[in-house]
Amino acid sequence: MGNLLEVQDLRTYFYTDDGVVKAVDGVNFSVEAGKTIGIVGESGCGKSITAMSILRLIPDPPGKIVSGKIMFNGEDLTKVSDEKIRHIRGNDISMIFQEPMTSLNPVFTVGFQIMEALMLHQNLDESEARKKAIEMLKLVGIPRAEKIVDEYPHQLSGGMRQRVMIAMAVSCQPKLLIADEPTTALDVTIQAQILELMNDLKNKLNTSIMLITHDLGVVAEMSDHVVVMYSGKIVEDAPVDELFKNPRHPYTIGLMNSIPSLIEEGKRLESISGSVPNPLYLPKGCYFHPRCKFATDECRKGQPSLREIAPGHKVSCFRAEEVTK
Amino acid sequence: MTEKNIKNKTENKAPNKSNGLDSKEIKEEEQVILTPWKLVLRKFKKNKVAVAGMIIFIIMVFLALFAPILTPYDPYTMDFSQVNQPPSKAHLMGTDELGRDYLTRILYGGRVSMQVGLFAVIIEIIIGALVGGLAGYYGGWVDNLLMRIVEIFMAFPFLPIAITISAVIGPEVAPEKRMYIMMFIIGLLSWGGLARMIRGQILSLREQEFIQAAKALGIRDSRIIWKHLIPNTLGYIIVSATLGMAGAIMSEAGLSFLGLGVTPPVPTWGNLVQNARDIYVLKNRVWLWLPPGVAIFFAVMSINLFGDGLRDAIDPKSK
Repeated sequence: MGNLLEVQDLRTYFYTDDGVVKAVDGVNFSVEAGKTIGIVGESGCGKSITAMSILRLIPDPPGKIVSGKIMFNGEDLTKVSDEKIRHIRGNDISMIFQEPMTSLNPVFTVGFQIMEALMLHQNLDESEARKKAIEMLKLVGIPRAEKIVDEYPHQLSGGMRQRVMIAMAVSCQPKLLIADEPTTALDVTIQAQILELMNDLKNKLNTSIMLITHDLGVVAEMSDHVVVMYSGKIVEDAPVDELFKNPRHPYTIGLMNSIPSLIEEGKRLESISGSVPNPLYLPKGCYFHPRCKFATDECRKGQPSLREIAPGHKVSCFRAEEVTK
Repeated sequence: MTEKNIKNKTENKAPNKSNGLDSKEIKEEEQVILTPWKLVLRKFKKNKVAVAGMIIFIIMVFLALFAPILTPYDPYTMDFSQVNQPPSKAHLMGTDELGRDYLTRILYGGRVSMQVGLFAVIIEIIIGALVGGLAGYYGGWVDNLLMRIVEIFMAFPFLPIAITISAVIGPEVAPEKRMYIMMFIIGLLSWGGLARMIRGQILSLREQEFIQAAKALGIRDSRIIWKHLIPNTLGYIIVSATLGMAGAIMSEAGLSFLGLGVTPPVPTWGNLVQNARDIYVLKNRVWLWLPPGVAIFFAVMSINLFGDGLRDAIDPKSK
């Protein structure tokens, strides 16, 4: 299958008073049709900005897509007109946000908010859109959908609101669904339901999903392919099985070690020491070296580039071969 | 009565058995009904003074609206056999120096005053929402430019400007049309505060995630402003509209009293109070100046009480 979305050397910078923040700095990845790609990383590593860049939702100023291509259906999204990108938003590519509590407009019924996109992109009239909205609510597993369409967001629970958000996002049957930490604000039981729902919809509608998360468990469950980001760069890029079996970047390994394991009981959890570098003052050399156990002089001087160490498995580390769990 | 009771009892029998279930059912029903506006209504109803204000206001609107039905006289027809009559059965509030029924003139005057108030406020809201919405949503130089314009408008002292405009364009306009001039003068001079308030509201609202979600759905800017942001400020707009209407009625009355607003023969409360300028009338014909003054007082007061109550009901932070 061909690639639905191809991001090539994307660079999104923010020009602040204190200097240039390179939020996304030369990112390459692609999404195959009908597959799920997971984008993993700590807060502030550029995951969300990558997603926003795809939809051109970066506030400009101060943000700007400096260079790179975002090929979607044979078109470069960084170059298309505002009118065109607006038509793509919500119709071909739609997005689910992190906070279901604040992502719905409090003064309108949820039905109206779902109908709005349908009426805009699919040219449905009001009664058709309403029918479709109820259908979508049923699809995402909301009981009493006929009644819920006329309710206001504040009357629904967090899980229900997230379902409504998903219903909104998939109502126009987008080719790509960007889910920006869709389960972070939900409690664990609801998380599982929402993930299952997204997988279900992916299979039913053949939608590709770009899943942004910091939860490796979610990634393992959902993704076909994983991209690990750190400080605006991709540090590791591999199919999901390969990544979990054979992680090669010290950062990926660190992330994995900081998850409690069921097998090795009683061990203290490891953490990655230090914190994400200030994007204004990135360290010289490899951005990860101050926190890396394996760092050598080479790491402090030069920046490693992404190289393929096994078929489909790319890592940006000088010592990828020596690094082990 | 007894039949109904029995019927009620039989209907209630089943839920009565398990009291807990019954109350649960009621709660769920309540939850379904409560839209934001119903919450506001519920809170508003608790404020007795505000409800009284609303009732007085509704009665006044009603009186003005149905003036032609409520009185058999015409506000312009003179009757020189009935000049300067004190209140009587035929003329409940007497007649003026041209023999016109005074109650009729007050009722018709209320029509004019309230129309001026209403339309001045509508003009105020349209301009205020437009300017505030654009400035708040786009920010940057658009915001800067629009807010400087607002400041210019707010820097005008209201009365001198209103008097000047009225004096410049007034004499050429027929008395029947001066009402419309007043609407525009008052509306065009008082939108600044509202624009500022809406801008402030939108400035914080546009950072909310639901606006980003709307953008991600491909909704165009104009629709986001009008359909998503402005409705979120509707509560504030309604409050400032009610209070603004009271202000507009006062301004109209003031200007008309000075002879610079709506001029006779068209009656408004403001130019009816003009009668009080004559010392003889002030002393001997109380019915000619007291009733319109009282009408202004009640209109403005009731609207203010109503508006205050609305504000308390709409603002979730006030208790």
